[in-house]
Amino acid sequence: MSGPRLGRAPAILLVPAVVAVALLVVPLATLVLDTPWRTLPDHLGSEVVRQALAITALSSLLTVIACVVLGTPLAWLLARVDFHGRRVVRALVLVPLVLPPVVAGVALVTALGRNGLIGQHLPFALPYTTSGVVLAHTFVSLPFYVLAVEGALRTHGSSYDVVAATLGADRWTTFRRVTLPLAVPGVLAGSALAWARSLGEFGATITFAGNYPGTTQTMPSLIYVALNSDPTVARSLSLILLALSVGVLVLLRERWAVGR
Amino acid sequence: MDLPGRMCGELTAEAGEVLVVIGPNGAGKSTLLRAIAGLEPGRVRVGEEDWTALEVPRRRVGYVFQDQSLFPHLSALDNVSFGPRARGRSRRESDVAARDWLERFGIAGLAHRKPRELSGGQAQRVAIARALATDPDVLLLDEPFTGLDVSVQMALRIELGRHLRDFPGVALLVTHDAIDALTLADRVLVLDDGEVAQVGPPAEVAAAPRTPHVARLVGLNLVADGADLIAFTPDAVVVSLAEPESSSRLRWRGPIASLAPHGDAVRVLVHATPDLLADLTPAAAVELGLEPGREVWLSAKATAVSRYGARG
Repeated sequence: MSGPRLGRAPAILLVPAVVAVALLVVPLATLVLDTPWRTLPDHLGSEVVRQALAITALSSLLTVIACVVLGTPLAWLLARVDFHGRRVVRALVLVPLVLPPVVAGVALVTALGRNGLIGQHLPFALPYTTSGVVLAHTFVSLPFYVLAVEGALRTHGSSYDVVAATLGADRWTTFRRVTLPLAVPGVLAGSALAWARSLGEFGATITFAGNYPGTTQTMPSLIYVALNSDPTVARSLSLILLALSVGVLVLLRERWAVGR
Repeated sequence: MDLPGRMCGELTAEAGEVLVVIGPNGAGKSTLLRAIAGLEPGRVRVGEEDWTALEVPRRRVGYVFQDQSLFPHLSALDNVSFGPRARGRSRRESDVAARDWLERFGIAGLAHRKPRELSGGQAQRVAIARALATDPDVLLLDEPFTGLDVSVQMALRIELGRHLRDFPGVALLVTHDAIDALTLADRVLVLDDGEVAQVGPPAEVAAAPRTPHVARLVGLNLVADGADLIAFTPDAVVVSLAEPESSSRLRWRGPIASLAPHGDAVRVLVHATPDLLADLTPAAAVELGLEPGREVWLSAKATAVSRYGARG
């Protein structure tokens, strides 16, 4: 142990801390331990699992792209432009953060469903399509992304933007060459958050896009179905999802460590 | 210049002129620079152009900020070439110009270093090069030597003086240091409480200061006497315990605030009205038994002071 010796950690703090660790680790540990390793390859090889994996991978990737393309400008607007009603916009943008995902799904159906207020005028259908999955995922992930990037933009403040302006740079040049490069750690953190949120998204997706193998059935939806028919399959699938999320987060962490 | 609520005054400068801006904290020195750059509202005219309504990127200024503010993610070269590129020159042209500026500051060898790999003096050279690289009409330097080692300050001051002589536009340099005003300025601009208190050649301002701040900077005592100001050096002041008898002398009375060695002499600060400085020999200080808190008389010969109108 390093640092000055201030005495033992008191039990009143130690015991709850240990309980917290147990609460977080034990369920995941049992999931790993209780995996039916023997039948795992069979489960993984099945058509329906490969389809669900592909859709999850594709939709989470597209979700992150959508978040970066739409969320970065929004975060910039919230952090850098002093417009009327900025606080209201920020509050509204953050609502999906606390919204139950099922409610998000219902809201999407109301707006963009086949008979929805906007959906009935669209020349194409969104519900029950893979695009619908991406839309639902983006809806729930975008606030996480915007929050992370806005925070990163605020930590540097606008002092470098001011310097760039005195050197003759317009706002787009400043954004491209100064603001965004300095906010890269925030963009990566936000992407990781959005990606993790998208990977596990279930409620909004199944409400808005349904659960059709091959088009809208993601891993979480498949696990939900499997749990009712064959719990061992559900456990195998959950293990894959756990490994995937931990793996990518570890990878991202290492990239940040190098970037710093 | 007319900054609502902050500053009011007229100031005209010729191309090629170096103006050094001095004044106490809160006098509006930085505000003046920020207003010229368009970071604060204010009426500004440069040459035939009215800059008042012009956005910041359209004003042809070079701004050296107090805290250097080099872009941390860009190399020294890219920092300097940023301005020319932002003003529409090609990447190659800008890099050539930037390298040329780094060479003039003797730091071409550091072109590829990031700001965090530069020393304070090197970083400040890059910052000045970056400000000059856009060929600005107005160069603004906000305390460019603050936070540097004294020896580095000295070298950089000489170097900057050379570049300022070659600079065709108007340069404004804000400083706390009298030596900047005396060595770099064509004219000194003294600000006090948002107003122009004095403008003039450095020698004139140093000899006949109009504000206590400048008097302190150049080490003079300054006393208001009706419509006149009286300035005199601390070694023209005689310290005594009894009231001086000669009637041809100016006299003040007050407790000693502090005593400190100053060169070969002892410098005494006395809380008279106003505060005054007196220099005397260490032997005299011991003989008089001077210590903080002791009441003393100060006097100066009328022939040893310079007297001038409070408003030029």
